[in-house]
Formats: sequence, structure tokens, C-alpha cells
Amino acid sequence: MDLLLQQILAGLASGAIYACMALAVVMIYQAIDHLNFAQGEMAMFSTFIAWQLMQWGAPYWVAFGLTLAISFVGGVAIERVVFKPLKDAPVLSHVVVFIALFAILNSVAGFLWDFSVKPFPSPFGSGPFLGSRLIGAHQAGMIGATLVILAFLYVFFRFTRIGLAMRAAAANPESARLVGVRVGWMIALGWGMASAIGAIAGMLIAPVVFLEPNMMLSILLYGFAGAVLGGLNSPAGAVLGGFAVGVVENLAGTYIPVIGGELKLPIALFLIVGVLVVKPNGLFGRVSVQRV
Amino acid sequence: MTIEHSAEILPSREAAPAREAQPRVRGAAGSAWFGIAVVVALAVAPLFLKNFVTFQLTMALVYAIAILGLNLLTGISGQFSLGHGAFYAVGAYSAAILMESAGLGYAWTLPVAGVVCFVAGFLFGLPALRLEGVYLALATFALAVATPQFLKLGPLEHWTGGVQGVIVTKPDPPFGLPMSQDQWLFYFTLAVGLLLYWAARNLVHSRSGRALLAIRDNPIAARSMGVNTALYKSLAFGVSAAYTGVAGALGAIVVQFVAPDSFTFALSVSLFVGLVVGGVGWLPGALAGGAFVMFIPNLAEHVSKGLSGAVYGVLLILIIYAAPGGVGGLARSLGARFSQPGRRP
Repeated sequence: MDLLLQQILAGLASGAIYACMALAVVMIYQAIDHLNFAQGEMAMFSTFIAWQLMQWGAPYWVAFGLTLAISFVGGVAIERVVFKPLKDAPVLSHVVVFIALFAILNSVAGFLWDFSVKPFPSPFGSGPFLGSRLIGAHQAGMIGATLVILAFLYVFFRFTRIGLAMRAAAANPESARLVGVRVGWMIALGWGMASAIGAIAGMLIAPVVFLEPNMMLSILLYGFAGAVLGGLNSPAGAVLGGFAVGVVENLAGTYIPVIGGELKLPIALFLIVGVLVVKPNGLFGRVSVQRV
Repeated sequence: MTIEHSAEILPSREAAPAREAQPRVRGAAGSAWFGIAVVVALAVAPLFLKNFVTFQLTMALVYAIAILGLNLLTGISGQFSLGHGAFYAVGAYSAAILMESAGLGYAWTLPVAGVVCFVAGFLFGLPALRLEGVYLALATFALAVATPQFLKLGPLEHWTGGVQGVIVTKPDPPFGLPMSQDQWLFYFTLAVGLLLYWAARNLVHSRSGRALLAIRDNPIAARSMGVNTALYKSLAFGVSAAYTGVAGALGAIVVQFVAPDSFTFALSVSLFVGLVVGGVGWLPGALAGGAFVMFIPNLAEHVSKGLSGAVYGVLLILIIYAAPGGVGGLARSLGARFSQPGRRP
């Protein structure tokens, strides 16, 4: 029983990482209607910027704030420079451009900051959480931060004019344009926000997995899995999905004998595919209705 | 040989230019000649090239066959796959195990690999029926991620060689033909590729092909016309996997080596990029896609060692800027301008 509880808590802790990432994935999915394969690399790049600022002597929270601002502007810039000219291109071409972005960001980060593993400080410290031996302060902080971002997003999308405009632009661009929403800028804003949330996720994850250009690869996979599991149009679902993936992965690795460390990822993914076969729109996603 | 058949170009597959069927009749002869010219150029190329370049060309053809298979799935039946590297791996391992453990001749491994992958693809296609778009992407993606791990599994190690992989003997040219092994493999691959292209073209123009196109363009309308969408979608998965499996078998014979880490997720991504660069739904585009997959990473490496990934990415973005629909889209728009749609790259 103790082992089970411990594995579940450890799963929640890594689930918090995936939930952060899943949240960023869902954000951009709401804005542009597809999965951004470069999301993880964008987060990694932002984290490197924060690391560089700290190397130059900035205190943690200054670097944190600056990184958020830089990431936001960077996300908007990527949308304006790379994707706006391609807005009429087929969807699959967009996916290829995501892959290109992935390659560029990964390679440039490796070139600027090399591939050696770097430690990254945690704002929550590394001690145990409230004297508990099951979960560390950083893990608890990460879970808390994810929930705070989620609450913020909920309020933003539900109660502000601009949040409403963003939802309108994503749901029905033509009608949104007709009522005066600047759809192009809403998409750019979505990119900026997704990039900033990715930056937060990256800075929270880096103390756990250490900073290096490939750190986000498997995390992004789990993040996607969490987002899809929870439903791609539901931020809360994505967070829950992220936690669920973390727990499932840990329990599968502990209790199914053949699996061990190597096969954790495929098993988690296959469980998720199994869920999708039963509920094709994710656990909390709305069923998309199509007019014939 | 099948040169005459393979040279004819498919009509446009995208919704918008689909109405330009009339000028195609005039342009068909021109594009047929162009196709024959490309095949002839490919056929004489190894006579003037070093063995290593011939090897690279062979690999480009192998990738082209795999992309052809992917194109049947994505371009013709409208399903999305990020996991074709898995079928490539299954084909490659089938060939390697049959040759090294069962002592089968290399040419006979291709149909076996094709059948094995057809079954695998068909079975994978059944649950995938319920998934669409990004969800299908994730499911296939899981397949691609899982493949190298499964190949390393302990119980299978007797056949797969575990992490070490299997070494494959390179076949000699038959009948004492005066050519190097690389040249022979090139012609062998070219012949297989043309045969498969001819088959794919006929498939697309057949009743089944029209059913698949109907499913892609409007699944609900297709179903109400009496098309068995579930069967055809799974069949499309199977056929597509079979093509990719044959490509994998050829790849194993050409490279003379299979190991789990050759078939990572990166392979699936490469095939997908090749598909889009070549043009989704335009079968000859596979050739351009295969060349891209083979040569552009090398080129990027050549430009800058440290920043090769960035060079690759920038080249890719520039290509998509210049031709948002890939080479196929470019050929279509050029064709529309000169009322001669469809050209080989």
C-alpha cells in the first residue's frame, strides 16, 4: 500500500510536468487548431534564455519575468514571420514547418549553449514539502504553479473581452472577423501565450530533468498524450490528462513486470490510444459536430 | 518493363484545381515524355557515378517507395500517419531475418515483407478507424515511438539480434552481369519502384481508388453512396504499410544492416516531410520526396557542421514558402499556367 501511494505521488509529480506542457499544447491548439510539434523546443529555448540571464547576474524572478516577456514576443514573432505568409497553405505543410522549427531551435540552442547538461535553480527549493517524505517542495510547487496557470487561463478565457475574442477567432474565424475581431492578431496572441506558458513549463521542468537542448523531447510526447487524453479543447482536461499520464506511466513501470524503464513510454502511449478508441475526443473534450 | 505506364501523370487531386481536366489531355503527352526522360536519366546515371553516389541514389529510391506508400494513405485516402517508420522497420527486419536465419533469396524477401506489413497495417488500421486527424497522428506516433523498444525486447532477441541488430549479406549481380553490387542493387530497386508505381497508379484509377478518393473528400457522402468506408480505410492502411514494408526490405538489403536505432521516430518524421515536400496526393512527387529525405540533411551538414539542423529547417521552410503544396503543388500551378498540368520534378 505504501509503495502504491508513493508511486502515485511520484506519478503526480512527473504528471505536473506533463500537465504544464499539455496546457501549453492546448493553448496553441485553441489558437491555431493544430498541434505544435515545436512547442517543446520553444520551451527549451526560453529556459536557456532564462539560464543565460541568470548567468549574467539577474536574480531568479527578474530572469523569470524577462523570459516570459521575451518568450511572448518571440511566440508572436514566429507567428507573424513564419506562419502568417503560410496561412493558406495546406495543413500538412504547416506540420512540416513545425518540424522545421523544431530542427532550427534544437540546433541553434546546441550551437549557442552546447549539449552539456546544466543545472537550473528551483524557486521552491529542493527540501521536502511540509515535512512529508513522499513529495519534494519543488514537485509540490510545480503542481501548485500548474493549477495557478490553469485558474488564470480559465478567468482569462471566461471573463475577459479579449479571451472571448480569442475563443471566437478559433471557433469560427469568418464570423469572428465579421463582428470585428482581428483574427490574425488573436492567432498571434495565442502563439505568444502558448510560448510564455511553455517558458514557465520549461523553467519548472529544468530543475528536475536538467537543462540541455534535448530535454523536452520525451516530455513533449507525454504532454501531447496528456492533452489528447484530456481533450484538446479543454485546458482543465489537459491538466488532468497530464497528471493521469504521469500516474499511469509510473504504475505501469512498477506493476507490469516485463515493462521496466525502457517500455514505459510506449505503454503509456498505448493506454492512451486505448482510451481514445473508446472516447475519440478525449475524456473531457467536446464532441465536434459537423454540418453535412 | 513498365516505363510507359509509369510515365503518365496523375490528374490533380486537390479540390480546387480538380476542374482542370480538359487541358490535361493535351498536357498528358508532354508529361509522359518528361516522365520517360526522368526514368532514362535515372537508368544511365549509375554508369557515370561513383559507387557511393549510386548507393545514395538507391537509398533515395527506397525512400521514394516508402513515401509512395505513405502517399497512398495520406494523399489518396486522407488518413494521417506519423508512424510509417514502424512498417519500414517491420519490412526491414522481415527481410533481414528471412535472409540470415531462413536463408531465403533476397528478391523473395520483398513479397514476404509486403504481405507481413499488409497484415500489420490492416490490423493497425482497424482500431485506427475510430480516430481522425490529430488523434490518429498520436496513435501512429505511439507506434513509431514504440517500435525501436519492441525490437530490443529480450524474448525476440534470438531473431532480431537485440540492440546489435542483424548484418545482411550484400547480393551479387545475377547471371555474371558486368556491374558492381551497388549498381545492381540500384537497378533492382529502380525496377521494383517502377513496378510498385505502376501498381499504385492503377490502384488509384481503379474502382477502389475512386472509393478511397471519395472517402477522403467526403466520408459521409461516400458512405451514403454505398462505399464500405471501414473496409476501404483499413485496406488503404494495409496497402500503404505493404509499400513501406517493401521499401524497408529493400533498405535493409541496400544498407546491409538493421538495428533498432535505425528506425526511430526520426525516420517516420523524415518520411512525412518527404511526402509533403513531394506533394500530398501526387504520386510522382514521391521521387522528389525521396531525394529530399536522402540528400538535404547531407547538404545541410555540408553547409555547416554545428548548425546543420538549423540549415535543414531553414531550407525546409523556404521550400514550403516557395511551394506550399510541395513539388506536386508547384507542378500543378505550372501546369495550369502552361495548360499542361503535371510535370516530374
